[in-house]
Amino acid sequence: MTARDLIAYATGSVLGYRVRTLLTLLAMGIGVASVVALTALGEGARRYVTGEFKSLGTHLLIVLPGRSETKGGAPPLMGETPRDLTLDDALAIDRSRAVRRIAPIAVGSAGVSYREREREVTVLGTTASFIEVRHLKMASGRFLPEGDPRRASPVCVLGAKLKRELFDAGPAIGRWVRIGDRRFRVLGILASEGRSIGVDIEDIVIIPVAAAQSLFDTYSLFRVLVEARSEEAIPRARQAIRDTIRQRHEGEDDVTVITQDAVVATFNRIFTALTLTVAGIASISLVVAGILIMNVMLVAVSQRTSEVGLLKALGATSGAIMRVFLAEATILSLVGAAAGVVVGYAGIRIVDRFYPVLSLSAPAWAIASAVLVALTTGLLFGVLPARRAARLDPVAALAGR
Amino acid sequence: MIQLRRARRYFIVGEQTVRALDDIDLDVAAGEYVAITGPSGSGKSTLLNAIGLLDRLTGGSYLLEGTDVTNFSDDELARTRREKIGFVFQFFHLVPRLTAAQNVELPLTLAGVEPAERRQRVEKALAGLGLSDRARHLPNQLSGGQRQRVAIARATVTRPQVILADEPTGNLDRASGRDVVEILEELNSSGITLLMVTHDPELAARAAREIRMVDGMIASDGRPGSRP
Repeated sequence: MTARDLIAYATGSVLGYRVRTLLTLLAMGIGVASVVALTALGEGARRYVTGEFKSLGTHLLIVLPGRSETKGGAPPLMGETPRDLTLDDALAIDRSRAVRRIAPIAVGSAGVSYREREREVTVLGTTASFIEVRHLKMASGRFLPEGDPRRASPVCVLGAKLKRELFDAGPAIGRWVRIGDRRFRVLGILASEGRSIGVDIEDIVIIPVAAAQSLFDTYSLFRVLVEARSEEAIPRARQAIRDTIRQRHEGEDDVTVITQDAVVATFNRIFTALTLTVAGIASISLVVAGILIMNVMLVAVSQRTSEVGLLKALGATSGAIMRVFLAEATILSLVGAAAGVVVGYAGIRIVDRFYPVLSLSAPAWAIASAVLVALTTGLLFGVLPARRAARLDPVAALAGR
Repeated sequence: MIQLRRARRYFIVGEQTVRALDDIDLDVAAGEYVAITGPSGSGKSTLLNAIGLLDRLTGGSYLLEGTDVTNFSDDELARTRREKIGFVFQFFHLVPRLTAAQNVELPLTLAGVEPAERRQRVEKALAGLGLSDRARHLPNQLSGGQRQRVAIARATVTRPQVILADEPTGNLDRASGRDVVEILEELNSSGITLLMVTHDPELAARAAREIRMVDGMIASDGRPGSRP
């Protein structure tokens, strides 16, 4: 029997038993569709999160007060409190040649009011370089002025949402708002950049770092954003940060330095593992579909016992009969897989329409492996029924026994 | 052509051994027309299945056209069936989802014959049995006699030397039964060896030779109607 005849014959019997075929296709289709859709979700989440981190800026190092890294050596003494990270520390880091610019950040929460309206928002104290480090844009006006970061000038920049809530459509630039118990003049409005990890930059007010420190009565910084001169300079910048802090903190480099790459890489790993897990769970349904195929094929073999007997009488070898039934199982799982890919894609499209932010798309490897798993289970679970058919005794089979 | 020596076929049913064929010696020459008769359970179908290589002997030997097929492997048996033997069954055994032409084509497909040649031979076989206008019909659109004629076309399309018919008229009315037998006899007169199992004495009387089976043994062998 040539391959073409085999496929034609198997296709004929697949089409000949409609209900059976539809049920199997349904099971296989659901399995493959869920693998495709779930991996797309996982991939979408991964890209969303890593994209978020990338949008923080390039060549970025984040300096946090306190050590949370584990290293070899003696364990830290109990009750050790890290020294504060101060504005002077930040300015000292800025002197390193590996560092292009820094943005110290002090954070607090305070009421911001204009006339009778008041909103409780995040107050972020920083310097002029923040806008470059974070790649933010202004909607109107200008950002904090350059100058001595130790000077607490009474100026501020508003997030887009805060501006709307305080001023509606009216002009804000040049007006005075009250933050806590002080008055600040509005210099500009931030463009609404949508999303950003950590702080919602729409609902925020930015003031000079020294002003924030005095407003919240603290010398400690929340963190320092450090932009290295280039990607290659990141390790040197990290070393410079450590050296500077050690000098200034009596021999202790009690800060944590996070590089953007490390964060992105970690999230990448976490989400890839998550996606694989979800895909693994979904492929259980493929195995279930495989078992269904086996069941259906077993029924098919017993329904078609006399057909098998006839084929044997007509001179079909056991191998040929086995191939016929395997071809049927393969066709069922292939068509089922194809249907599943189509349904999965349709599902992704629908989700994508409602949540474009996730920018879903099933990775090619997921589709390939789903189809491959579908085919393998179909074949694997097709072997048992096919062997049963091939081993039928022709006399008994012809008698319909 | 067919030579059985001390051919045995035992079945184990529960704790009993049923001797369906009990030391049978049989010679059939090429071109013979043999009717195999006997009461049910006498082993006549078992004999036909053994000759048709659908069933293996428990003991004894079987020479088909001078070749000892007793110890052939399953695949060799399948090939021999394909090349030398045509079957006609009581219940036709047509594949219900295939048209008449596709049913006739099946043994050629299994043998791996080229599609173009297949089509030619199927057309010829159907035309020979007056079925050309039924080629595209499904079995359930055909009468019993037509179905059996399709089955005969399928049995002859491979040009076998032997045709084995197991109660070929058992499921047909008288007229179409006679029709079918006449077709088989025509094939026999063109040189094909014909072995036919039947319990119809009238039918057996038409054969040149009748083998009467009783309890797995040959009770009589000779001209139809003769009794020992």
